[in-house]
Amino acid sequence: MSTAHGQAGADGPESGTSSQKHTAGAYDVRTVIAGLIGLYGIVLTIMGLVGDNADDKAKTGDWNANLWSGIVMIIVAVAFALWLWLRPIVVDPVALEKEKGEGTSDGSDAAPH
Amino acid sequence: MVLAADDTLRLDANAVDYALVVAYFAVVLLIGFAARRRVSDSLDFFLSGRSLPAWVTGLAFISANLGAVEIIGMSANGAQFGMATFHYFWIGAVPAMLFLGVVMMPFYYGSKVRSVPEFMRRRFGTGAHLVNALSFALAQLLIAGINLYLLATVVNALLGWPLWLGLLIAAAIVLSYITLGGLSAAIYNEVLQFFVIVAALLPLTLLGLHRVGGIGGLIDKVQAAPGGDEQLKSWPGTGLTAIENPVLSVIGIVFGLGFVLSFGYWTTNFVEVQRAMATKSMSAARSTPIIGSFPKMFIPFIVIVPGIIAAVLIPSISEAKATGGTVDYNNSILMLMEAVLPNGLLGVAIAGLLAAFMAGMAANISAFNTVFSYDLWQQYVKKDKPDGYYLMIGRVATVGATVIAIFTALIASNYNNLMNYLQTLFGFFNAPLFATFIVGMFWKRMTATAGWAGLVSGTLAAVLVAFLSQDAFGSASLGVLSLSGQGASFAAAGAAFVVDVLVSVGVSMVTAPKPAAELAGLVYSETPKEQRTDPEAHLLPWYQSPPKLAGISLVLVIILNLIFR
Repeated sequence: MSTAHGQAGADGPESGTSSQKHTAGAYDVRTVIAGLIGLYGIVLTIMGLVGDNADDKAKTGDWNANLWSGIVMIIVAVAFALWLWLRPIVVDPVALEKEKGEGTSDGSDAAPH
Repeated sequence: MVLAADDTLRLDANAVDYALVVAYFAVVLLIGFAARRRVSDSLDFFLSGRSLPAWVTGLAFISANLGAVEIIGMSANGAQFGMATFHYFWIGAVPAMLFLGVVMMPFYYGSKVRSVPEFMRRRFGTGAHLVNALSFALAQLLIAGINLYLLATVVNALLGWPLWLGLLIAAAIVLSYITLGGLSAAIYNEVLQFFVIVAALLPLTLLGLHRVGGIGGLIDKVQAAPGGDEQLKSWPGTGLTAIENPVLSVIGIVFGLGFVLSFGYWTTNFVEVQRAMATKSMSAARSTPIIGSFPKMFIPFIVIVPGIIAAVLIPSISEAKATGGTVDYNNSILMLMEAVLPNGLLGVAIAGLLAAFMAGMAANISAFNTVFSYDLWQQYVKKDKPDGYYLMIGRVATVGATVIAIFTALIASNYNNLMNYLQTLFGFFNAPLFATFIVGMFWKRMTATAGWAGLVSGTLAAVLVAFLSQDAFGSASLGVLSLSGQGASFAAAGAAFVVDVLVSVGVSMVTAPKPAAELAGLVYSETPKEQRTDPEAHLLPWYQSPPKLAGISLVLVIILNLIFR
């Protein structure tokens, strides 16, 4: 999934003649992680704000567990989104070759792995 | 929480919880569909086209193992034996993962094999290959079935769905995401699953700690409980091994669990190694298990610690422990979830557990279809067909394996113990495999005959020890040796290793070795340095250099061992 054949979310032209960079976009696993954890974070935060009741408080020992977990999850999701934005995975092989030829690092290596 | 009269576990999940679970599965299926768009040739389907970055495969590497057996089993161990359970991670898994990355991965990745059995074939010929490929394929089917069964029982316990419905739905979801996207989809899901599991278990652990009065409160309560101080020490772990002599117990843990069982599992199990093979460079392949070792060493805090908390917080477990009554420790983590998680977090936790069990099964099946198509079908049934043919065989194998797993799961539901013993048995294939690999990689004299003879005799030695022990095979065991429980497994694995090495050396002495020219890439002394190393390795910064990362990981795990001794 680190390529984007015909992927609408990719930022390069679709016609294959491009020498511009393609990013993995929605195909990048970081997008999925940020999306799902972010969704969970939002739902839990709302649950914490409106749904906290005595039953829950007895279970958690008086912590608003949903609220705090939700906030942490939102922070994690934002961190992933930032990472994705700062270090996109470049997948177009033409672009990769070109960049290597120019002696600059290609985007996929720039992602800390 | 509702405890029904027959003591069945029921979580009162509400609409929000269900919605969170459904959201997870929707994403899983989307990943499958997205991955499908780029599956072009068979290498892509099986090994992800060798294109994934190391942090992704590193997380997939530990996620593939973080399935039902790990989460349920390790928290149960924590509840029953306390801190000695940490050995599974800090003596067992982490050193073995580092060894795989530093020493063994250059051979796997550098020789361009597509599976671990294929390495076996190139080094030792078809005898050892067939033994390895068949036992591996069988074990995967069985373990996939066990994962599926555990999944369905959890669905049943948590949501009240009947077993067969849970089985069918889970199997259908796993099947669709593997056949759609191949290994890429499985790996992406594993990475996603890792984060969901952490999101589920970390709050569970913190809330549990809060409820028992923090770390100090937990220590006080465990000390006051039966077992007391014993449960707060990891050495000599006599409770865990059931070996009374402390010296022998330590030897059993270090040699049996640490060296043989864990090294055998982590370095030769294709389910794990396959994830590293999906990377784009030698350095990334070597980094995969090493990067995985960092989160791995902290997983016990969110898996074992909840078990320990459950043992003091949940009345039915602590009472059973105090009075010597029976309790199913396997339910520890579920009971803790039910006791401390509010609706909302509960949904995340259910999603995380279901995800873990399905990913475990998906990992078994994706490894199975690689070995089945390349190592069994292509090698022994139909050679020299075009790529697309083996891709098709892989898809058929996936469907077949899933259907078989449903039946194994049904058998497991009727003969629970039988399945445990079979799993013990398959565990015994790993120990001699490791011995054969390690001798074969570093001793060019080792012959093809020695390859399969060592494997077979090592496995038989393990089975023999298990039969002679008190209970490794349940009532079928004879009880001649005073070994029981996990100590018996450690001893059996140790015996397998020693016998395998002795037989391999003995047989090699009287049979003809392979010509040295055929061993390039397979044996240390015959492999040119360029093939074992990444030509661009010196360009990598320190945080991407496998040996340096491994060093850091080793220091950390030693510190953890010293703190929690």
